Amino acid sequence: MSPLVEVQDLVKHYQAGGFLSRNAPPVRAVDGVSFVIEAGETLGLVGESGSGKSTVGRNILRLETPTRGVVKFEGVDLASLSPRDLRSTRRRMQIVFQDPFGSLNPRRTVGASVGEGLEIHALVPRSEIGARVAELLEEVGLDPDYATRFPHEFSGGQRQRIGIARALAVEPRFVVCDEPVSALDVSVQAQVINLLLDLRERRNLAYLFIAHDLAVVRQLAHRIAVMYLGTIVEIGDARTVIDAPRHPYTQALVSAVPSPDPGATRNRIVLAGEPPSPAAPPPGCPFEPRCFHPLKDDRCRVERPGLRRVAAQDVACHYAEVVAADMTTTAPT
Amino acid sequence: MKPLLDVVDLRVTFPHGRAEALTPVDDVSFAIDRGELVALVGESGCGKTLTGLSVPGLLPRGAELGPSSAIRFDGVDIARLSEKAMRQYRGQHIAMIFQDPMASLNPVMRVGDQIGEAITAHQAVAKREVARRVHALLAEVGIADPEGRARSYAHQLSGGMRQRIMIAMALAAEPELLIADEPTTALDVTVQAQILELLDTLRQSRRMAVLLITHDLGIVAGRADRVLVMYAGRIVESAPTAPLFEHPDHPYTRGLFASIPRIDAPAGRLTPIRGSVPRPDAWPVGCRFHPRCDWRVEKCMHLRPPLVPIERPDHPAACWVAQGNTE
Repeated sequence: MSPLVEVQDLVKHYQAGGFLSRNAPPVRAVDGVSFVIEAGETLGLVGESGSGKSTVGRNILRLETPTRGVVKFEGVDLASLSPRDLRSTRRRMQIVFQDPFGSLNPRRTVGASVGEGLEIHALVPRSEIGARVAELLEEVGLDPDYATRFPHEFSGGQRQRIGIARALAVEPRFVVCDEPVSALDVSVQAQVINLLLDLRERRNLAYLFIAHDLAVVRQLAHRIAVMYLGTIVEIGDARTVIDAPRHPYTQALVSAVPSPDPGATRNRIVLAGEPPSPAAPPPGCPFEPRCFHPLKDDRCRVERPGLRRVAAQDVACHYAEVVAADMTTTAPT
Repeated sequence: MKPLLDVVDLRVTFPHGRAEALTPVDDVSFAIDRGELVALVGESGCGKTLTGLSVPGLLPRGAELGPSSAIRFDGVDIARLSEKAMRQYRGQHIAMIFQDPMASLNPVMRVGDQIGEAITAHQAVAKREVARRVHALLAEVGIADPEGRARSYAHQLSGGMRQRIMIAMALAAEPELLIADEPTTALDVTVQAQILELLDTLRQSRRMAVLLITHDLGIVAGRADRVLVMYAGRIVESAPTAPLFEHPDHPYTRGLFASIPRIDAPAGRLTPIRGSVPRPDAWPVGCRFHPRCDWRVEKCMHLRPPLVPIERPDHPAACWVAQGNTE
């Protein structure tokens, strides 16, 4: 059986606009990304800003058209669908954004926003929409009476619940969660993480959970993919990637996660510099300029490493057999 | 020895139409010693930013300090200084940096010139000497190629680099206290780690005190000397960092710890605090945390708990139940 979502060599380049910059190199936002997501499974997609993680999410849903590559949903290539078939397929693929306020119409009641998809796709008779909206609000932990109120009356956490109810209304099998909790305070963030866990279980949802915070991703993801400068540098079982990372970048990312434990004397790797521009990626390994691997050499500067199986995960590093973080106590700055 | 900064009964009020004035900061007292790093932690809407702004006299228009509020810097109460006298303090003794450096940088002025202005604002320095000091400051905050970077404009720099520029500007007049309001919140984790290391290095090399305002308890561990936890306009618990993390006494502090997703703990459900932070126009009577609290007793709904020590003299918590005083 084919996986629920299959992404093959996805590429998205943006050409800078304007006639003065027509000859500028394209921004390689996503530069050859592949993975699968099974029904009911959560893939965490982690990376820093500019790594291309949100672009991957938008291109899977065809909110943008990929430059190259194949995205299959339920075994069907989305590029092969007619606009009409694409619309009906899209119902089963939804997205939840970081800023729910941006995706809710301020002049429509919460009930109208949540019920919109039901109406468009004629999922329930018109007379039953109100009752269905009430059920959905209850399912995400909101008072059904909120249906008659407007988005501005709600806190950030409540708005995110409304955004989730709206996505669930059309009964998706797959939801792209694009930084859904990063704008929320910690106590509310934990509530929404729990809600996403409950919904996944109850509805057998698959998530692509996009976030910059590895600790948040850890709570939800079965598998984790780490992105750097438009490519996946490491992908594997969530516990393996966090407890035994093989790519030096993943090692640095794990060590940079603040731990609320003053006794924790983890090896802190402080990376030098910042990610290069995706308009001018290094010719070899994208991480090479910041890499602290003791075996780093000329090969890393010229030859881009592809993903290959090392230990229990796939890693894009020429020297992943040697765990860099074990060999260096502090990264050179 | 008297502390460098001593904030006493800080109260910030805003007029609120015909209703009673809002009090987003209510009765906050704390002190910071020279060279000490104190973290002020809480969720959004707790009053931590207003607390920080009130120290260098940067409160927004309309805000008023309470009649008994005092802000003593090196023994002098600066709470009611004239704007002109305050400006002297701001440059030379107290500096502040913010989450978004872009908002504080002039977009049409080279960053080196802006740092130069910060140097000459308080002392007459020869032009060549200014340039030398600008480059030295840029090097001190970890910027490679200081001469080249001094000629850049803010928009040409990354977020992490801009925050370094802001820190260099803040250091220009050699302040004794740096107030850093969410300085790394907008930055990526690997860059956040760099900036926090830098602040820690500067504090040690310059013996500069730092008030670090943050929502993230995680960045406080292993860095701050002491932690103040704020909830709904009040400090609810304060302690040296290690005892606070090992044995938080206030149910809000405990709730915050339980809410934090941890990379080194089993995956799955977290234990959140129910509800959300109330707004200043809807602060509950008694203990302001009681509607979200699992420990509450009758008394919590009527009487405000005082901030008093429980086991250690330097670790007070404002909770009737933790104090064993529920009658």
